[in-house]
Amino acid sequence: MSVDLPTLPTPTLQSKDFASDQEVRWCPRCGDYSILAQMKKVLPTLGIPKEKFCFVSGIGCSSRFPYYVNTYGLHSIHGRAPAVATGVKLANPELQVWVITGDGDALSIGGNHFLHAIRRNIDMKIILFNNQIYGLTKGQYSPTSPVGKKSKSTPYGSIDHPLTPLSVAIGAEATFVARSVDVDIKHLTMVLERAAHHKGTAFVEVYQDCNVFNPGAFSYATEKETRSDSIVYLEHGKPLIYGKNREKGIRVAEGNRVEIVQLGGDVKEDDLLFHDEKTPEPSLAFLLSRMRHPEFPEPMGIFRAVERSTYDESVTKQVEAARAKLGEGDVEKLLNSGDTWFVN
Amino acid sequence: MSTATLEAPASSNGKKLENLETVVIRFCGDSGDGMQSVGIQMTNASAIFGNDVCTFPDFPAEIRAPAGSLFGVSGYQLCFSNHDIFTPGDDVDTLVAMNPAALKTNVADLKRGGTLIVNEEEFNKGGLQKALYDANPLDDETLMAKFRVHKVPMTRLNRDAVEGLGLTLKNADLCRNFFALGLVYWLYDRDPKPTEEAIRSKFAKKPDVVEANLRALRAGMNYGFSTESFTVHYHVPPAKLSPGKYRKITGNEAVAMGLATMARLSGKTVVFSGYPITPASDILHDLSMYKHFGVKTFQAEDEIAAMSSCVGAAFAGELAVTASSGPGICLKGEAMGLGMMTELPMVIIDVQRGGPSTGLPTKTEQSDLLLAMYGRNGESPLPIVAASGPGDCFTMIQEAFRIATEFMCPVIFLSDGYIANGAEPWRIPNVEDLPRLKIDHITTANGENGAYLPYKRNEKLARPWVKPGTKGLEHRIGGLEKKDVTGNIDYSPKNHQHMTNTRAQKVANIANFIPEQTVDGPAKGKLLVISWGGTYGAVRTAVHQAQEAGKSVAHTHLRYMNPFPRNLGAILKSYEKVLVPELNCGQLSLLLRNQFLVDAKGYNKVEGKPFLVNELVNVINEFHG
Repeated sequence: MSVDLPTLPTPTLQSKDFASDQEVRWCPRCGDYSILAQMKKVLPTLGIPKEKFCFVSGIGCSSRFPYYVNTYGLHSIHGRAPAVATGVKLANPELQVWVITGDGDALSIGGNHFLHAIRRNIDMKIILFNNQIYGLTKGQYSPTSPVGKKSKSTPYGSIDHPLTPLSVAIGAEATFVARSVDVDIKHLTMVLERAAHHKGTAFVEVYQDCNVFNPGAFSYATEKETRSDSIVYLEHGKPLIYGKNREKGIRVAEGNRVEIVQLGGDVKEDDLLFHDEKTPEPSLAFLLSRMRHPEFPEPMGIFRAVERSTYDESVTKQVEAARAKLGEGDVEKLLNSGDTWFVN
Repeated sequence: MSTATLEAPASSNGKKLENLETVVIRFCGDSGDGMQSVGIQMTNASAIFGNDVCTFPDFPAEIRAPAGSLFGVSGYQLCFSNHDIFTPGDDVDTLVAMNPAALKTNVADLKRGGTLIVNEEEFNKGGLQKALYDANPLDDETLMAKFRVHKVPMTRLNRDAVEGLGLTLKNADLCRNFFALGLVYWLYDRDPKPTEEAIRSKFAKKPDVVEANLRALRAGMNYGFSTESFTVHYHVPPAKLSPGKYRKITGNEAVAMGLATMARLSGKTVVFSGYPITPASDILHDLSMYKHFGVKTFQAEDEIAAMSSCVGAAFAGELAVTASSGPGICLKGEAMGLGMMTELPMVIIDVQRGGPSTGLPTKTEQSDLLLAMYGRNGESPLPIVAASGPGDCFTMIQEAFRIATEFMCPVIFLSDGYIANGAEPWRIPNVEDLPRLKIDHITTANGENGAYLPYKRNEKLARPWVKPGTKGLEHRIGGLEKKDVTGNIDYSPKNHQHMTNTRAQKVANIANFIPEQTVDGPAKGKLLVISWGGTYGAVRTAVHQAQEAGKSVAHTHLRYMNPFPRNLGAILKSYEKVLVPELNCGQLSLLLRNQFLVDAKGYNKVEGKPFLVNELVNVINEFHG
């Protein structure tokens, strides 16, 4: 006996649909867990079928990420994830491509690919888990470790000047640049969502705690006592205000720099720097990226979100234009092109 | 060479026209003198006329070396014949030297009694100094006595020819190459029409340049016709090639055409990622014009990215290919390993050049065979094919993709500088006869309970290829060792052994799906000569000469380098001696000795030049005894 069932709407995807069957093997209390959880929260909300996602990673702790998300995934080689992902997107532009990388992977061995993916504005999301240390190889300093950092390979302290990932991305004229922190769940979710909706290269730096080899590197930005004085949330069109009682602000000072000011008295909100993530000129975003702890509160949120044609779209357009102009490629004509002659 | 004097027709200005079978001409001058350009024109004219042609462009790595310097000399040698030829010739019949440096670096290859045409005006104090001549070689009677010398005041004659067109002297002098070409055209009875057409089309937007070059070409021809300096000119009748329609093709052109053809006929997209490198760049240039065939080209930021994006494109389900030369292949090694480990189909083209390091960028060599075989970490065998000549690149690039997609692994395609830039007449194949790549992307689960098992293999040990975007087959793979069938990460000892064996076995099995090796000559005998890659023509010609001289010698040419054809071992054991001429220090002989315990002897040369037929004939005679 058969019963006609009413047609059911396609079930909405849920977070658990994106969990793979693999056991997650990061160290207990690693910041990566939170990023994975927020990612699995965001993915079902995007209206994209599961099979249309592709996660690509390089090498490092963060790069195990694709194994834990039940989408298409490619765990590639050290530093090359943006290049591998470029190939994926070029070949199959329908996929939403995410690159998961770390500070060593993206900025040291993979610095070149990182820059070029960004300047091409290929449509992919690059999430950089910055823990300022090499975790997988057990504790060497990384290109984002501060000067003086004592590590396995720098027992007397690091003498390398660190890179600021956001400055590098903005220098390469990234169209979307943001920062969040692993334990700030709501904020991280918001940032990942915004990145997912951006067309072009979306670069997100996530402060991530490596509680084994570099614990507390970002405690200033996560601990209750210090947080409100150490970070400032960026909101488009709003002034930069921070502090326990929102008593401090950021103002543009002479000489292309910013300064901290106390609100009240002479200084009004209107005197402060108003954030504009859409300004085409990247100078403001760059200036914000230079605000480093402890001299300044570090901005969190979307630094820059502008539109520019994407590389993958342009590639497709050129193919279409060539077809429109020349017609579908004619093999017969191709082989017979140039001077030909007959031998009888 | 046999000659026969024809009766001079009335229009010959009383000059004799002699028939020749084969002629070797070399144009040489400064790298800015347009020698490559006129060489190509004469090749086209000769091919269209119906001669068999074979060319050897030889140019410096410096784009514009200091004018008149010895290291800035650029040469283009072509051989045309009334019968099948397979090399650009050993000795030069006619040498055109545009300056003293060109004469100095090339005169040793001009045969005794050969024709030497020089632009005598360049043999001035400055020119001679730059070429490090103490005295003018044109005054050296013993040297000049060896040749039929024509000192032509080309600069002045050419300037006179283009006078009135309002060209600057510098621009006027740029036409000298066509003056020289015209003279050679008269000397060898070439029809200038194809060249005139080419000039009109190339400079279509500059009518004065068209006119100047046409006048220069004509003036050169008239000079030969009118002056008493030339009393004889020569005719090389058309060759009896297999019937059909022909065109001229270089190896790089053939690779690009092969890929575009494959994209169109298979209905798949070819994604080509490359980084500019000599002598492979032309593949990128050509393919970027073939977008309407379903080709996407990506000029990556470096060789590593080119290879990595290839892996990405293969994972995404399209036909991924990259091309480079030795230095770039070194950089690609790690990502090639990823392609091998993830068992994805892709093709890596290595247009070999002289190495190591930057080496000899514009010169040919066959020294990347072992790099292709072993140039990755771990146990990572990959199939390797090698084209035997320019036209064969069209066939073998598609064959490389057949193997890659049928066996799910990266395949290395070896070409070399000589094949890549050298031209030959190519019989245009019928489109209906061309192979069609058959690709079946898996679309439904292949395991129990709707599970997708990415490493569940077929009878060829190939794993399935899924196109991301396919519902229900989401999966993750990577460079870590994985468990067979499921593809889950697995470092256990037995599994690693099993996977290593399986990957090797898969490649070894390809021997059952490629043609058996054939032999040119007796099936048993005293000497077997084995060649591979771009030395085909020279070795074949040399062996034929030895055979005609009654030697018991056979030739076999390999196009499948890994795995070797399944009957190669038996062939090797059918001869008393095995000789392996290679443009390296013995790489194929090492592989043959290793695999077949055969006492293969090498004849090896790394001078940045192809083999001469004569040297191979001598070596064969010596070995044969």
